[in-house]
Amino acid sequence: MLTVPIGIQILFAGILFFLGLIGLLVRRNMIFMLMSIEIMFNAAGLVFIIAGTHWRQPDGQVMFIFILAVTAVEVSIALALILQVYHHFKTLDADAINNLKDRN
Amino acid sequence: MDVFFYIACVVAIVSTIMAISGRNAIHSLLYLILSLLAVSVIFYLLSAPFVAALEVIIYAGAIMVLFIFVTMMLNIGIEREAEKKWLRPRMWIIPSILAAVLLVNLILAVKSVQALQPHSGAIQPKQVGISLFSTYLLGVEIAAILLMAGVIGAYHLGSQKKKVKHRFLEIK
Repeated sequence: MLTVPIGIQILFAGILFFLGLIGLLVRRNMIFMLMSIEIMFNAAGLVFIIAGTHWRQPDGQVMFIFILAVTAVEVSIALALILQVYHHFKTLDADAINNLKDRN
Repeated sequence: MDVFFYIACVVAIVSTIMAISGRNAIHSLLYLILSLLAVSVIFYLLSAPFVAALEVIIYAGAIMVLFIFVTMMLNIGIEREAEKKWLRPRMWIIPSILAAVLLVNLILAVKSVQALQPHSGAIQPKQVGISLFSTYLLGVEIAAILLMAGVIGAYHLGSQKKKVKHRFLEIK
């Protein structure tokens, strides 16, 4: 049985979440931003699992399965959008796509 | 048991840092897969074996493969003279060490008797399934609707729009 104090487990999940947040804020490549969002989703799911194990309830794992479904949908939609953006602008820079209307 | 947890933590954090700070998208994605595998080991140690399997199968198996497909379709990571660089040990020594540490960690954790026993604290997949299809039945239905919307949306967004070209009226 794991005897790591729950504070350290939550701290680890928090570190992962903040790494994802930093990646989302720093990187401008949209693939990297999407990856950072994945890291944050994963850290949130980790907190659910930690809490579920702490209270010995299956609810945490159920919530993780829901997070998994949401993540799958989000990734597929976002990647389709990225493909469209790349076809249209020929770049993946998020700063280059800040105009709604065509400039030319 | 605890030392396995800390080792997996270190592997996960280091590979996540490498993932968000890399320049090549494919390399970062492979680091991210390593990070997900480390988190999966942590799930196993947290006595949630079902979720650990789901993490490997769906996250590292399906979602990351989708990422890699799109990244390769976009030709982002292409570099000239790349193979010469890959043969240098600097490129592959860090991920190899991390993956080897994780593998040894997992083997030791599985071999230790404590981890294998269905101890009283472990939440079995049966409990999860019963809870999923009784208490959270509405959530399952909503997730199904969401997945359906996702399929339709991805199909709609992914399809290339046909350009309407008239012989005389070509709008530029």
